[in-house]
Amino acid sequence: MLSRVADSLYWMSRYLERAEHTARIIDVNLNLMLDESASSVDRRWQRVLKSLGNPPKVAWTGDPYRLASTMIFDSEKRASIVSCIMLARENARQVREQISSEQWQELNRLYHEVTGANVDDSHSSQLSDFLQIVHDGTYLFQGVTDSTMSHGEGWQFIQFGRFIERASATAALLDVYTSEFLTHPDRLEGNEYLEWIGLLRSCTAFEAYCRVYTADLHPERILEFLLLNKEFPHSVGYAIDTLQDALEAIHGEGGKRRAATLTRLAGRLQSSLSFADVSEIVGQGVNAYLHGIQRQCQEIHQNIYQVYINYSIDSALAG
Amino acid sequence: MTPAGGTKISDAPALQNYQLDSAFDEMFDSAGETRLQYKELLDYFLSLSLDELRSRKQSADLAFLNQGITFTVYGRQEGTERIFPHDLLPRLITAAEWQQIERGLTQRITALNLFLHDIYNEGRILAEGVVPREIVYSCKHFRRQMRGMQVPRNVHIAVMGTDLIRLQNGEFVVLEDNLRVPSGVSYMLTSRLVMKRIFPQLFRLCAVRPIEQYSQSLLGTLRSLAPEGRPEPTIVLLTPGVFNSAYFEHAYLARQMGIELVEGRDLVTHDNVVYMRTTTGLRRVDVIYRRIDDDFIDPLAYRSDSILGVAGLFNAYRTGNVTLANALGTGVADDKALYAYVPRIIKYYLGEEPVLQNVETFLMTDPAQREYTVNNLDKLVVKAVGESGGYGMLVGPHSTAEQREEFKRRICADPRNYIAQPTILFSRAPCLFDDQMEPRHVDLRPYILFGDKVTIVPGGLTRVALRKGSLVVNSSQGGGSKDTWVVND
Repeated sequence: MLSRVADSLYWMSRYLERAEHTARIIDVNLNLMLDESASSVDRRWQRVLKSLGNPPKVAWTGDPYRLASTMIFDSEKRASIVSCIMLARENARQVREQISSEQWQELNRLYHEVTGANVDDSHSSQLSDFLQIVHDGTYLFQGVTDSTMSHGEGWQFIQFGRFIERASATAALLDVYTSEFLTHPDRLEGNEYLEWIGLLRSCTAFEAYCRVYTADLHPERILEFLLLNKEFPHSVGYAIDTLQDALEAIHGEGGKRRAATLTRLAGRLQSSLSFADVSEIVGQGVNAYLHGIQRQCQEIHQNIYQVYINYSIDSALAG
Repeated sequence: MTPAGGTKISDAPALQNYQLDSAFDEMFDSAGETRLQYKELLDYFLSLSLDELRSRKQSADLAFLNQGITFTVYGRQEGTERIFPHDLLPRLITAAEWQQIERGLTQRITALNLFLHDIYNEGRILAEGVVPREIVYSCKHFRRQMRGMQVPRNVHIAVMGTDLIRLQNGEFVVLEDNLRVPSGVSYMLTSRLVMKRIFPQLFRLCAVRPIEQYSQSLLGTLRSLAPEGRPEPTIVLLTPGVFNSAYFEHAYLARQMGIELVEGRDLVTHDNVVYMRTTTGLRRVDVIYRRIDDDFIDPLAYRSDSILGVAGLFNAYRTGNVTLANALGTGVADDKALYAYVPRIIKYYLGEEPVLQNVETFLMTDPAQREYTVNNLDKLVVKAVGESGGYGMLVGPHSTAEQREEFKRRICADPRNYIAQPTILFSRAPCLFDDQMEPRHVDLRPYILFGDKVTIVPGGLTRVALRKGSLVVNSSQGGGSKDTWVVND
């Protein structure tokens, strides 16, 4: 497969995952904010921005609806949902022949829906409806991708893109929540229950969590679930397992030797999650651990580019 | 005279609006009798009811849409796709007519290849004054960088698309050659697929010769042009990218041939060898079927602002490590002023009379011919030599006095840039409008391949001027296409 094609499929997938993740976080927080005092609203939205990696040129000005609407609609900001969907579509367009027509139609439809939307941003119910369109569209696209595209190398790059984005975004989200509430329980202001539900819902994990641990919300268990659970698709552990499967499949096509470093990096991350114990992580410093995950995701990303996409001509000729 | 029992033009209600004029009619002779080869086809279509015709048209449209034979409409409705206009009635060519066309085109591509090899090497034809040097050297598609260059098998033109029209006496003549990156072949191939699905019984009835082997022939042609010592060559199709209007065709042909569709940024050169970047590493490329113009192919050798090309490609090409099809600099032979010399070129290299004649052409560099032209602009068609697709053209009989003045001025200012031809009433073929048949003007573009041998699949792209009375077949100006059947007698 051409490196350019792999590159486009990877970013198409990453941008859609990012749009979905951002949409859910904004949706959950618009909802939770309704029961709060002004000061905690302040902190909430700063937290939201932080968990989204403090997107450039987006600042908290005290108006939650304005911020939400910027993060949703402002196509000048690369981090906005509309931008992510536009970029995903642009990548898909470059490899129109490599994806199924159903995928293209679905992504194109979503693009037209979000770029053509005319939403009054002071109306939170309209914002919610819009975010629902984004959720539906991204879920549909994933379903269509899995059922209409051949699960070959191209699909593996899509999987890889989706799950590396999910792993690092979830790690970033956990990082923000744990540094605020696990280390400063005083900041919960009695809204403990709300905040932890907020975190779970930001990962569509509330129901799945309850099924394992009951509705008894305990920070350490929540952390364990979102970080280490191997069955829940939005946990970091699950994402890394799937990413590892995709990598194995991609190496299979390309020969393992070139990818020795990549195999080691991904394998180390996977093992560290597989054999981890949550109380140990908390005991040794949860934030350092979460930073480590984000850093390793970044390394894996750079490495896959070095091996498969941006490799230097000299090294490729020597190998 | 046609044998008794044929449909006369006046017989059927579907032919009420079918009026013959002085243009050659593909279906009826001048007495209004059906030509022999059209009899079964016409009877078959006349037997279909309006409902049946409409439902076939609908299934054809759907088939075109599903196969992605569409062009994308930009703007607010971006992503909505329209199908290419097409007509259900095939255009028929008899085996005898085809034999003549085939002979003529084989002769033409052979002579033009010899010509290109000659002018980029010894230049015998120029030295002997058969073709004036200035015509060649002043052509903007002449590539000095190709001087002394040996290309595999001396094949400069691997793929040629030649536009033919039919004069009032029924004779096929050449209107122009396309020797750079001729397009449209995907419409020929896909419209045949669709027609087979919609009218299977007709194919047996009419004994239509197949064209499906085109992609394999193209692949074989490209393979035969691989650099020496590369027995299993890697062949790729180089496209300018998704924004190019012919992208559908590039993707289609690459898929049909089973080769990689690459953009300039997928290729790199190192030590004068071209590679493509794949996820499994660099892969050496031996033959590039390029669908990018000369100017954009290598920013180091040609336009430095091109981002479509590959830096260093030209040197790799000159070294002989990679083949480009078509070769660079072929555009000099489809220059419209040079076109006037093609009959002489054929005679010079092959010692034969041309099988297919040219349209009479006036060169503006010749004072007498220029004089005649500027005094008769209202009867002539004037074309800029380097343009294609109907741009930079004056159609005398349909022009205004100001336009003629403007062209007169332009011709005198830059005579090398213009040629003139008489306005030709070329042939008309029947087209379906609901259940009514009406004649429309058509041309024919067969595709000629030249590798280890000349291959011409029997057929081509028939373009139709769907607007009544129009002589312009370009798709941007209301043109459509129809399937072209070469039928055995």
